[in-house]
Amino acid sequence: MNFSIIADNIGIYFLGLKNTLILVSVSLSIGLVFAVPLAVLRTSKNILISGPINAYTYFFRGTPLLVQMFLIYYGMGQFETIKASFLWPFFREAYFCALFAFTLNTCAYTIEIIRGAIENTPHGEVEAAKAAGMSLYLRFTRIILPSAFRRALPTYGNEIIFMLHGSSLASVITIIDITGAARIINSRYYTPYEAFITAGAFYLTITFILVWLLKKLEYRWLAHLRRE
Amino acid sequence: MKKFLSALMVFCLVLVAGNGFANDWKKIRVGVEGAYPPFSYVSPDGKLGGFDIEMAEAIVAAAGAEVELVVSDWDGIIPGLLAKKFDCIVASMSITEERKKSVAFTGKYYQTPAKFVVKKGAIKEFSKEAIKGKSVGVQRATIHDQYLTDNYGKDVDVKRYATQDEVYLDIAAGRIDLFLADSIAAKEGFLMKPEGKDFQFIGPDLNDPKWFGEGAGIACRKEDKALIDKLNAGIQKIRANGTYKKIQDKYFDFDVYGK
Repeated sequence: MNFSIIADNIGIYFLGLKNTLILVSVSLSIGLVFAVPLAVLRTSKNILISGPINAYTYFFRGTPLLVQMFLIYYGMGQFETIKASFLWPFFREAYFCALFAFTLNTCAYTIEIIRGAIENTPHGEVEAAKAAGMSLYLRFTRIILPSAFRRALPTYGNEIIFMLHGSSLASVITIIDITGAARIINSRYYTPYEAFITAGAFYLTITFILVWLLKKLEYRWLAHLRRE
Repeated sequence: MKKFLSALMVFCLVLVAGNGFANDWKKIRVGVEGAYPPFSYVSPDGKLGGFDIEMAEAIVAAAGAEVELVVSDWDGIIPGLLAKKFDCIVASMSITEERKKSVAFTGKYYQTPAKFVVKKGAIKEFSKEAIKGKSVGVQRATIHDQYLTDNYGKDVDVKRYATQDEVYLDIAAGRIDLFLADSIAAKEGFLMKPEGKDFQFIGPDLNDPKWFGEGAGIACRKEDKALIDKLNAGIQKIRANGTYKKIQDKYFDFDVYGK
């Protein structure tokens, strides 16, 4: 056991921490922003609207994140038309490819989480809103979505943590995230135990903070479910 | 119960000790990589092939043992050896001081210099200034990684890959400007292939022993001294009886053993 190696190289872990946090927070934010309207459209009875969204979530939930990342990173590099187009400066960057894959992936899961919560809205609430003469838009913004977000919160909290752990795949395409830092230390000093247990400690700490924040948020949002 | 337990323990000890002392190396498990053409690759029909693979088979056969090849990821190959997943490594591994801290080596079985590869015409003359700020690909945990990190780590953007094949893919895709690799691997594995036709070597032959060691050797666990002797004798034998040259001529038109 030789943790002085880790102490000497802790800087690379903090670089990895920064990259992990950026990748996860940016992909989760963009994913959530797109997921809300898409989830609403997904509940539409018109198959021309809900169909494509259904296909999208089916593909991204039905294939492993690693496969999606390889498709975007190595797959795009294969097509001359993409390499010649204005898109290439983006797809050339490993960072962008990872962000793109993570965002598409988390967006697909979030759509399904929110859709489930929307469809579980008690009928009485919707009928009461209709009876009060609310338009479709008002019904969604005042009644359905606020209560759906509350119901979705615990499941979405899981999605955040899954995304954090899924982000370790970024290390496969040359990005130095927390796992990438561990792989560099492991390959340089042949100390897999110390290298990866340190990475594990970093992930544990982030998860601990996330769980604590989510608990606080649930305490506020789900106040009506609290037992006094 | 206590008696039974102690009997069991003695039995286990005998088993372990028997394993440790009585190993006369009739069968040697060799760790190989399988993603480093032309030294080691998996052919389309799923078979292992390449210079390293044939060397491993010939050396082990000359040492009078049966060979079993075990494929391992490159950056897990030394931990795999230490965890006894296999008994030695024949994977173009350079003999370096850094690695000698963890494993013991036989004598070299080949030695070739390292070189940078770049797109034709992208850089006129090689120098530290000329490649400043460029992104340079390298296989993680190699001597080339070490050399690049120590000498150019602050000046260039080092991109580390798990396999050499991924480095070739990304320079062909234009994601990296240069890569550093073994000159033979780069020539046979990339420059002579259709996707490598627009690329060329640049800069001097790199063979500073501080980073590039004394050539590629077979790595073994430090305690397996008898195995190292056996493999060294195997290398000598195939050098002497012409087997080495026969295998070498299949892959290269010059002497890869070096001086």
